[in-house]
Amino acid sequence: MVDVTPEKVEYVGPAEVPEVDLYHAKTWWTKYVFSQDAKVIAIQYSGTAVAIGLVGLVLSWLMRLQLGFPEFFSFISPDLYLQFVTMHGMIMVIYLLTALFLGGFGNYLIPLMVGARDMVFPFVNMVSYWVYLLAVLVLVSSFFVPGGPTGAGWTLYPPQAILSGTPGSGAGIVLMLVSLALFIIGFTMGGLNYVVTVLQARTRGMTLMRLPLTVWGIFTATVLALLAFPALFVSAIMMTLDSVLGTSFFMPAIVEFGEQLQYGGGSPVLFQHLFWFFGHPEVYIVALPAFGIVSDLLSVHARRNIFGYRMMVWAIVGIGALSFVVWAHHMYVSGMNPYFGFFFATTTLIIAVPTALKVYNWTLTLWRGDIHLTLPMLFAIAFIITFVNGGITGLFLGNVVVDVPLSDTMFVVAHFHMVMGVAPILVVFGAVYHWFPLMTGRMLNQAMGQFHFWVTFLGAYLIYFPMHYLGFVGVPRRYWEIGETNFIPESAESLNAFITVAALVVGFAQVVFIYNILTSIFKGKISERNPWKATSLEWQTTTVPPGHGNFDDELPVVYRWAYSYSVPGTVDDYTPQNVHPDDVVKIAAEQGGD
Amino acid sequence: MWAAIAVFLVALGSLVFHLITPWWSTPIASNWGSMDLTIDITFWITGVAYIVILLFMAACIYQYRNRADKTTTSPQSNHKASYDPENKKLELWLTVGTAVAVAGLLAPGLIVWNDYVTVPDDAVEVEVMGQQWQWGFRYPGADGKLGTTDARLINADNPFGLHLDDPNGQDDILVEGDDLHLELGQPVNMLLRSIDVLHDFYVPQFRAKMDMVPGLVTFYWMIPTRTGTFDILCAELCGSNHYAMRGLVVVEEKEAFNAWMAEQQTFAQLRAEVEKNAKHGSSLALNAVGAVPVDSVVAR
Repeated sequence: MVDVTPEKVEYVGPAEVPEVDLYHAKTWWTKYVFSQDAKVIAIQYSGTAVAIGLVGLVLSWLMRLQLGFPEFFSFISPDLYLQFVTMHGMIMVIYLLTALFLGGFGNYLIPLMVGARDMVFPFVNMVSYWVYLLAVLVLVSSFFVPGGPTGAGWTLYPPQAILSGTPGSGAGIVLMLVSLALFIIGFTMGGLNYVVTVLQARTRGMTLMRLPLTVWGIFTATVLALLAFPALFVSAIMMTLDSVLGTSFFMPAIVEFGEQLQYGGGSPVLFQHLFWFFGHPEVYIVALPAFGIVSDLLSVHARRNIFGYRMMVWAIVGIGALSFVVWAHHMYVSGMNPYFGFFFATTTLIIAVPTALKVYNWTLTLWRGDIHLTLPMLFAIAFIITFVNGGITGLFLGNVVVDVPLSDTMFVVAHFHMVMGVAPILVVFGAVYHWFPLMTGRMLNQAMGQFHFWVTFLGAYLIYFPMHYLGFVGVPRRYWEIGETNFIPESAESLNAFITVAALVVGFAQVVFIYNILTSIFKGKISERNPWKATSLEWQTTTVPPGHGNFDDELPVVYRWAYSYSVPGTVDDYTPQNVHPDDVVKIAAEQGGD
Repeated sequence: MWAAIAVFLVALGSLVFHLITPWWSTPIASNWGSMDLTIDITFWITGVAYIVILLFMAACIYQYRNRADKTTTSPQSNHKASYDPENKKLELWLTVGTAVAVAGLLAPGLIVWNDYVTVPDDAVEVEVMGQQWQWGFRYPGADGKLGTTDARLINADNPFGLHLDDPNGQDDILVEGDDLHLELGQPVNMLLRSIDVLHDFYVPQFRAKMDMVPGLVTFYWMIPTRTGTFDILCAELCGSNHYAMRGLVVVEEKEAFNAWMAEQQTFAQLRAEVEKNAKHGSSLALNAVGAVPVDSVVAR
């Protein structure tokens, strides 16, 4: 209990190294465009991610129009449909969620929450964003080349990704692979920054076991990403070579439409192993920051310590480690050695234990709390529901033999959208409502926020919950049209139409959300400092939004963990991390007894 | 208040939907009822957990929501929440309970998987070959052995790429542009291969599924347990016409199956016709890779 005991006064030594001089921007360009301030970079990352995310959203509408009303939209050809599917998936997973959680929230929150003036390598941090932007531009450019973007599915499985039977198998797939390689280069620069900043730039008194869980989540996710992305990087390079130079890393002997191709000796399954060695940790690269952030949202808005902090930290670390030994559960029916199934099913189901513990601890944080049903709290509650739902269907798909009938059906689509689409996005929304006052000094509009919450949460649930049942029927995924079968009832078409309508309505709610942000930046109600009465350091800055260098002349000194809410014997129901124990206002009767 | 009601209604609505849904697994037509059983077990264990967690949350939100009139624990403080950072005993029990439940899910799964990957000795072999965007089938013929193949040998006259000098291949039965026929109650080991991209041989009523990978022969085994005609779908994205890569499998009684089989030509017979036509100088260029059965060209 040493680390989490709130009021134990530990000796806080003097600073051992002098502060490093920050780079101070002198011109408008270096202050707002080529900025080296992590907060500005965070906003650049977030803005770019949301912009490309909106493209992904529109692609999902087009897809749903085709699925819901297959006869109506003659302009959506089978090729175009596959291109929508592919680009939607890739944009949402990599260019929106990964960039937003790590580049966006990571940049903004890590230095503030650990009590640092900035990231440790501000210049590299700036370059990271510009390489990311370049990756996005290359991605977008693939929409405008002959043949269009790749339609190989976001998994980009060879051989089909680079063969002529797949749309975008010429320039489209090469641009996709180049864009991914650029993304990884950019991310690595940022990622090294986040890790070193957390390890080296924490302020005095900020021990690892006093870090807010937000930092733990982003930190661990970044470590995962630094270890996992290289696998994608090498596979992108090898597939580019297969496509452009005719090498055969992933290409066996192939007869394409009656013609013998020159490939031979490569292995398509090898690509799948490399892809999922990256791809499964990728799920947690998105999920762990969401785990961390939602823990803090729940604690602040329930005015209660996060339940079982140390268990929460070790669960994050444990899940992160385990996520590297479960990848082949995406490949149960890939044709790999079937005996792998025993190992990967076991590891996959083991990962459910720390994950379930996190869920219990979130709900136990609500238990005996003082729950303020603010927008961040509502989104946090909605996250728990959708995450538990998606986690449970993960127990279906992870359990090798249950995966056999369900893999490659709409059940899988529903599962991963619930668990790594809806759930993390709900956390993003909660986090935006929570930290918007810090970033802008203004509150978001409450009425629009309520509308946004209820439509998004209930709508997303109505989209994905019934979709699982289409998977039980056996409706396959990535089908332009189901057409005639002797096993899919006609009612399935009605369900598809319903899901499409729900998706469009939920999409509209996001337009309201964007409108709310854009108007509130300028016209929102002025927020008081620390409106949620939170304990963590980002709310303890003298100016809001925090200025260049984050804190005043002296960095804050930390005396306790970030979860001192409703501590017995204190008057206020929260005690910020940097308030000296002697300055905590105690209840008179108990003060005498101390 | 609304949030508590909403969480409760989500739990209730999900339960009701599950009980009355018209969308559920198709009636099974193979021996893999154990897969359905494992799904049922999974549904029970996880479903109970889901409902319990949601109801607990709804109760917490209702009971501990911030109300202006709620009296505080101490007149001098404004605390309404309790402070208890850890509860090791509770966390230990939750860990153990979850681990037991997970083991309960995993055990039946691994047992059935062991069945799935252990092909019985009496299973006959049938090959399914996928290519963009059609299915081909090959039976071992009278000797019960499939001839060896090589993708490099594939051409218009040898669409399956059989080794011409392999004696096991001479009596193989080749089926293109027609349905797959299986004998009721006969264990069958489906040998799966592809000559271009990934495909996946998927018959929903059989439950079983496996990718077809160029350069590999994959497999799954099963026993057809119900006569009828079922859809074959491709379940692994294989390009533009992935959605249209369909076929039919006919499960029939032994007599009907044997009668159908007797009508099929062996590889040796096909080769003989090819050579006869070559001597007569008739063009086989019309016969694109397997799109038209060879005998229909001959009939012309």
